[in-house]
Amino acid sequence: MQSFDLGKEGLRALNSSLHALKGQTNMTDWEVINPKGAHAIAAGVDAPVDITVRGSTGYYCAGMNKQATIRIKGSAGPGVAENMMSGTVIVDGDASQYAGATGRGGLLVIKGNAASRCGISMKGIDIVVHGNIGHMSCFMAQSGNIVVLGDAGDALGDSLYEARLFVRGSVKSLGADCIEKEMRDEHYAILEDLLRRGEADHKAKPEEFRRYGSARKLYNFNIDNAAAY
Amino acid sequence: MCGIVGLFLKDPKLEPKLGELLTDMLITMTDRGPDSAGIAIYGGAKDGLGKITVQSATPDQDFKNLDGDLHDAIGQPVAMLVKSTHAVLEVPLDQLDAARSALAHLRPGIKVMSAGDSIEIFKEVGLPKDVAARFEVAKMQGTHGIGHTRMATESAVTTMGAHPFSTGPDQCLVHNGSLSNHNGLRRELVRKGMTFETQNDTEVAAAYVSQKLKEGEDLGKALESGLEDLDGFYTFVVGTKNGFGVVRDPIACKPAVMAETDEYVAFGSEYRALVNLPGIENARVWEPEPATVYFWER
Amino acid sequence: MSDFPHTPPRYSATFTPAINAEIRRAAASGIYDIRGGGTKRHLPHFDDLLFLGASISRYPLEGYREKCATDVWLGTRFAKKPIHLDIPVTIAGMSFGALSGPAKEALGRGASEAGTSTTTGDGGMTEEERGHSKTLVYQYLPSRYGMNPDDLRRADAIEVVVGQGAKPGGGGMLLGQKISDRVAMMRNLPKGIDQRSACRHPDWTGPDDLEIKIHEIREITDWEKPIYVKVGGARPYYDTALAVKAGADVVVLDGMQGGTAATQDVFIEHVGMPILACIPQAVKALQDLGMHRKVQLIVSGGIRTGADVAKAMALGADAVAIGTAALVALGDNDPNLEAEYQKLQTTADAYDDWHEGKDPAGITTQDPELFKRFDPVLGGRRLKNYLKVMTLEAQTIARACGKNHLHNLEPEDLCSLTIEAAAMAGVPLAGTSWIPGRNGGF
Repeated sequence: MQSFDLGKEGLRALNSSLHALKGQTNMTDWEVINPKGAHAIAAGVDAPVDITVRGSTGYYCAGMNKQATIRIKGSAGPGVAENMMSGTVIVDGDASQYAGATGRGGLLVIKGNAASRCGISMKGIDIVVHGNIGHMSCFMAQSGNIVVLGDAGDALGDSLYEARLFVRGSVKSLGADCIEKEMRDEHYAILEDLLRRGEADHKAKPEEFRRYGSARKLYNFNIDNAAAY
Repeated sequence: MCGIVGLFLKDPKLEPKLGELLTDMLITMTDRGPDSAGIAIYGGAKDGLGKITVQSATPDQDFKNLDGDLHDAIGQPVAMLVKSTHAVLEVPLDQLDAARSALAHLRPGIKVMSAGDSIEIFKEVGLPKDVAARFEVAKMQGTHGIGHTRMATESAVTTMGAHPFSTGPDQCLVHNGSLSNHNGLRRELVRKGMTFETQNDTEVAAAYVSQKLKEGEDLGKALESGLEDLDGFYTFVVGTKNGFGVVRDPIACKPAVMAETDEYVAFGSEYRALVNLPGIENARVWEPEPATVYFWER
Repeated sequence: MSDFPHTPPRYSATFTPAINAEIRRAAASGIYDIRGGGTKRHLPHFDDLLFLGASISRYPLEGYREKCATDVWLGTRFAKKPIHLDIPVTIAGMSFGALSGPAKEALGRGASEAGTSTTTGDGGMTEEERGHSKTLVYQYLPSRYGMNPDDLRRADAIEVVVGQGAKPGGGGMLLGQKISDRVAMMRNLPKGIDQRSACRHPDWTGPDDLEIKIHEIREITDWEKPIYVKVGGARPYYDTALAVKAGADVVVLDGMQGGTAATQDVFIEHVGMPILACIPQAVKALQDLGMHRKVQLIVSGGIRTGADVAKAMALGADAVAIGTAALVALGDNDPNLEAEYQKLQTTADAYDDWHEGKDPAGITTQDPELFKRFDPVLGGRRLKNYLKVMTLEAQTIARACGKNHLHNLEPEDLCSLTIEAAAMAGVPLAGTSWIPGRNGGF
């Protein structure tokens, strides 16, 4: 276990040490203490390592993560795991706005609530939120899956492309071009897998979710839909 | 574009530490606003007495015998505490308006930062740590306070352009964001008799709220009216003699984090502003919803 | 009938035939006009400025003999690896998607041979351009199409795009015709659907957040790469100052003449300011912050000749970027293709329906049959030639003004032909010392 005191050694030293691990697998366990809401903690990691951040983080923790498993033992600030490529990011507490924004792969698990714009413009990432998500979540979401055990705020899935949205609780309102869709066997299978990997299979069952997706009315411009733009 | 911090104490035991806690929060927000900083502190209200905080670019001249001159003008005792470019004048509450008009004649060069029962505002150009040190904010006591670090967008980096803005008795407002219709609103408020010190969009928001209060709305209602009339991006934190309010615009993409314990309600533009508060590990931490008014009153 | 002569038909200056045609088109189709390119209206421009040259009070340099350097360093403020270019003319961001793969390759070939950089666009980085560009600037856009840390690290600089001159404050829409299999794959979108681009970044808003975003990108790239911030010419004084405060190494300022792959005509023609008016404000902001020449300024939007390059630099820019001009150099809108343009109901030098993907020159298209027509080696050579000519022209002017380096050109080397240009550029009207709106003068 490599322990790193962020307060003493500083962010640059942390991230350059983590970046130097590229291609290595012999120093696989890392612990970051005293994060105190600092920004860009463990951003740009590209190695199959386990990193535990003991405390809450600021903006863009685990940004553009590849391969690494990053656990935040606290809450995460805006844009946690933004543009993640692969690997896993687990937030024990809540996540601020833009969680998983533009993520392209990997799994983001938020054990508490996520604020607004969770999964905005997501492009292949899987997101599991144990609590609720805020307004404008999954705006322009392109692909990937989001599973929400709690409720969704206003304008869920506005201008949605092909991402799949599964919500167990209530949806305050759906955004433009987002509609409820039929749950089929393939969707139950996706949910079962994501609930298990998202450490939520003891909290919810696939049958309790509804699926939301794109009505595809905005896919090719038609003047009769102009009000939705 | 800026950093905001705010602290509203529920537990009087923390009151001696208000300035110290706010100073730490304010300095943490330096990256968000390196141009200027300011703080509004509510506390030390004395029966029958009011406070006016004034600022001068030439404090040596302006503050020299200001208490004596003001005493002569209003015929009542005046106490003065000078802190760098600012001075707090204590006058009988019923003489607040008379004192303000007398000040305009006695020292045309000074600016009134705030007036009321308990509010004091200190703000200057410079890094938050320097501003806090200059006014010894860490030593201040009080019931609640709001601080701001400014990254100027379109209006000038000046003392008067720093936040908080106070446009009514015991009122103040700070802002993170950028309003898009403040020029039109300013013209309307000028027609209604408000006066402005700057071209700053936030001063318009502060004056808008003061105007609504003057028209009889309570703070909660005034902020709700603002959701209709103020266009653009904003997170506002406002203070009154007894209260502390927060509101975000309907799009709500400027950051805002709140924390509440039995001892306090705290606001930060970022979570890291809150990390040194007592008991933060067990506080309820959340982000205010868009277009929703949050308000605490003692 | 009277014998008096008829009043001849008279067109309205307000309701011109072109305006009426647009009203009819809107009434028939129900959709605003979308097109590519930049503004087509007449604007005060570099043509309204002249260089004074040298004679007795100033001494000129000997052409072809005495040195007039053209190189430029970009990103010297924070980046560990700033960029050094041989010439101050760079290639602006144009996306793969808007342009064909071979066209991107040609831009890389021509720019590299001429010693300058190219820039990706709203569609990710392609092998064609990375492979053929010695120096490649990677755009970080609101859509984040194709964004990934590997490309971020193999770029030579990163350009955070906040806006562009054709549409400051707007997003984009690439119509379905150009979303081929490859474009769709790179953008994670279904084939053939309209691609909408957001106007704000998904995970930050405003300069205080931008500072944190720039910091994240620096951390991911280990503080090696220069970070540019690109803004459209809207409020250049404030936007430049805020980009600097947010930590930019380079500010890229795109005036309203700057082109786009596709947006609403009303946006292109009615939003933003001409580049001539933008440069002095941006330079003033840099000077007020003590950052002129420390944070470099790249300007774009209507740069066509070496004279334009020299004038932009005299007004205070460190370098320029070209987009539309580079496409013309590659062969866009060539009169040799007139018969094909006629089939598209347009004419050479007026074709702007780049979004439809039917470009007869094979440049702004994803149709394999069309882009086969385009030879990237020949295109690259043409672009190199054009860049060399622009540089020689700028040097000719600089030597005539007595400068041994292009960056020594100053506003005082210029005069204005029109009152508008004098006011906008802050350069005196020719033969006077009068700058409208400023005190003094004779």
